[in-house]
Amino acid sequence: MTEGSRIDPHVDRYAARARGMVASETRAMFAFASRPEVVSLAGGMPYVSALPLESLGAMMAELVATRGPSALQYGSAQGDERLRERICEVMALEQVTARADDIVVTVGSQQALDLVTRLFVDPGDVVLAEAPSYATALSTFAAHQAEVVHVPMDDEGLVPEALRATLARLSADGRRVKFLYTVPTFQNPGGVTLPPARRAELLDICAEADLLVLEDNPYGLIGFDSEPMRALHADAPDRVIYLGSFSKTLAPGFRVGWALAPAGVRDKLVLAAESAILCHSSLTQLAVGRYLETQPWREQLKEFRVMYRDRRDAMLEALDAHMPAGCRWTRPGGGFFVWLTLPEGLDSKAMLPRAVSERVAYVPGTGFFADGSGAANIRLSYCFPEPDQIREGVRRLSVAIEQELELRATFGPGRPTPGSRSDVPGPGFS
Amino acid sequence: MTSIDRVLVLAGGLSHEREVSQRSGRRLADALRVGELEVELRDVDARLLPYLRADPPDVVFPTLHGSMGEDGSLRDVLELAGVPYVGSDPGACRLAFDKPVAKTVVSRAGLSTPASVTLPKSVFYDLGAPAVMDRIVERLGLPLFIKPSRGGSALGASMVRTAEELPPAVVGCFGYGDTALIERYVSGTEVTVGVIDRGAGLQTLPPVEIDPDGGVYDYAARYTPGRTEFFAPARLDPGALRAAEEAAAVAHATLGLRDMSRTDLIVDADGVPHFLEVNVAPGLTDTSTLPLALAAAGEDLGGVGRDLLSVAATRFT
Repeated sequence: MTEGSRIDPHVDRYAARARGMVASETRAMFAFASRPEVVSLAGGMPYVSALPLESLGAMMAELVATRGPSALQYGSAQGDERLRERICEVMALEQVTARADDIVVTVGSQQALDLVTRLFVDPGDVVLAEAPSYATALSTFAAHQAEVVHVPMDDEGLVPEALRATLARLSADGRRVKFLYTVPTFQNPGGVTLPPARRAELLDICAEADLLVLEDNPYGLIGFDSEPMRALHADAPDRVIYLGSFSKTLAPGFRVGWALAPAGVRDKLVLAAESAILCHSSLTQLAVGRYLETQPWREQLKEFRVMYRDRRDAMLEALDAHMPAGCRWTRPGGGFFVWLTLPEGLDSKAMLPRAVSERVAYVPGTGFFADGSGAANIRLSYCFPEPDQIREGVRRLSVAIEQELELRATFGPGRPTPGSRSDVPGPGFS
Repeated sequence: MTSIDRVLVLAGGLSHEREVSQRSGRRLADALRVGELEVELRDVDARLLPYLRADPPDVVFPTLHGSMGEDGSLRDVLELAGVPYVGSDPGACRLAFDKPVAKTVVSRAGLSTPASVTLPKSVFYDLGAPAVMDRIVERLGLPLFIKPSRGGSALGASMVRTAEELPPAVVGCFGYGDTALIERYVSGTEVTVGVIDRGAGLQTLPPVEIDPDGGVYDYAARYTPGRTEFFAPARLDPGALRAAEEAAAVAHATLGLRDMSRTDLIVDADGVPHFLEVNVAPGLTDTSTLPLALAAAGEDLGGVGRDLLSVAATRFT
């Protein structure tokens, strides 16, 4: 009898949480879409070419030459103190009052998300998240075997009445919710922002329910039309853990983010960070700290805002000009993303290969829901392509949608393709 | 023996199978790098022809899957560039890559292949999808297997067990091409058989049996290690094994293929192989079946690859 091979001899040893980690034909599409012939409206890569790279290079060289013994050494698990002081100044733009001692520097805000989830979530615990929600947060929650319950959003973000109703239902079911995960400002993928009145209402509801809030705010300083919004943390510092990041305001390659948390949580985050990575890179922490001390970062932020606003405008104008009847989309006031709803009966995941054949890529909405729904939606990103590419990409997308409409008119509406956590591109994809 | 110092492995390309091709190319390049042999890995883009003109390698080994890589056009480009390459010539690729054409050719040579129809999108538009689909189910029965007439890696392919599953399957198929091959599903053992020709006659490799968890060898089952159990040689009686090998050799020879191919078959309960399709640029990834078949034959990818490079170089001189 021939002995079988499963290629991977460790296949029976994996933990249950690894079960969903499978090859995905949707991800394979993103490999196709990485070619320059394809306009990618899929990834969320910031346009770092707009940075003064020569100045940054000189700054890095000077840093190693003058502070090499510190920059190339281990550091504390909490992160460099001078950087944490500078982070307080950044958060002050969103009216957050913080002490450097309450901040833990992390490997991007993604690691903060992972550490907070590790601290609070046991397998089967409930985490609330907006519908739709940031895909990699959903992956983190899945990795910790949380049960994600979505709360609906509208054009003004999370709907307070829906949050109240969801909490009541879960309470009646005897379920304890560990925290609410929210991206209240220029949400990924929705592109919507919670207005001040709703922020207050949300915090009231969370206070009534004694619910912890995880405020993820990577885009808060990338607003186009107004001053930065007041962060949730500013009004409820004991109830809100704030996650911040330099990935969009400077560059993701430094991998510097942070968590601002109440003292008890902070102490545990430091220990959790130490067990996860021992300590963050001293080199990149000192580099970001130096950047904030010596470079005109506020002016750079203004430049980013103008550049991303022009790209958003290009996308919205092109959508207005080209999209077939029945499509709807959000009109973001900042951040990187537009959330598009397809005409009834269309399936964004099934349509993706046809769109890629038309040489345009997007992310199907299915990657942004823990329950695999979202087939009617598309996330479009305007952060990386130039305005002319954006206009051409949207035009190509309209062709793909027209073709899909013709197919559906012929074959009838199909059942939506179930989604998976693999329906989004990896981080290095434009 | 022609001396080979520099080899170019081509991988990637502008196709839905780009990622799989990149993995195949990397694995092949690593396997070929022994001793002094210089192996470069490149994508197929606007820089290729200037590169081939300025600094031509001794031999090109294409590992592009899907359109361009397997439809003959890349081979035509290599002919135009005047560089030796491993694999079938453009005309043979065109025959093999178009699944309905390949089925017709091999069936005329006596191989069995599942009953099928090949329908472009326009037929459904012009005649009305419900009427066409009703006739398909009536004539071919259920279950059915739907796939794009051109392409691989199971992209756009699906099994249809009920009439209700047919419309979404056809729509899914049209995501990857404008023509659908709709086959009667033949139950049996799914096997794939590699054929190598080093210039001294065809060598069939041990048939590899594919037993995916869940029964369907889809994209996840193909490229997630552990999701499919492979048996090399397949768990068939000796007569059925021999018949599968012969079928692959017939397909390779009848379609006029060169150097290397892989034929996918279903072997039914009576041991009869039914031809599904043939690949002129078989996958060489960690989860691909050709490397498994080579290992079962006591061969290794690097050794066979270097032999095929020599065959290609000799053919060119």
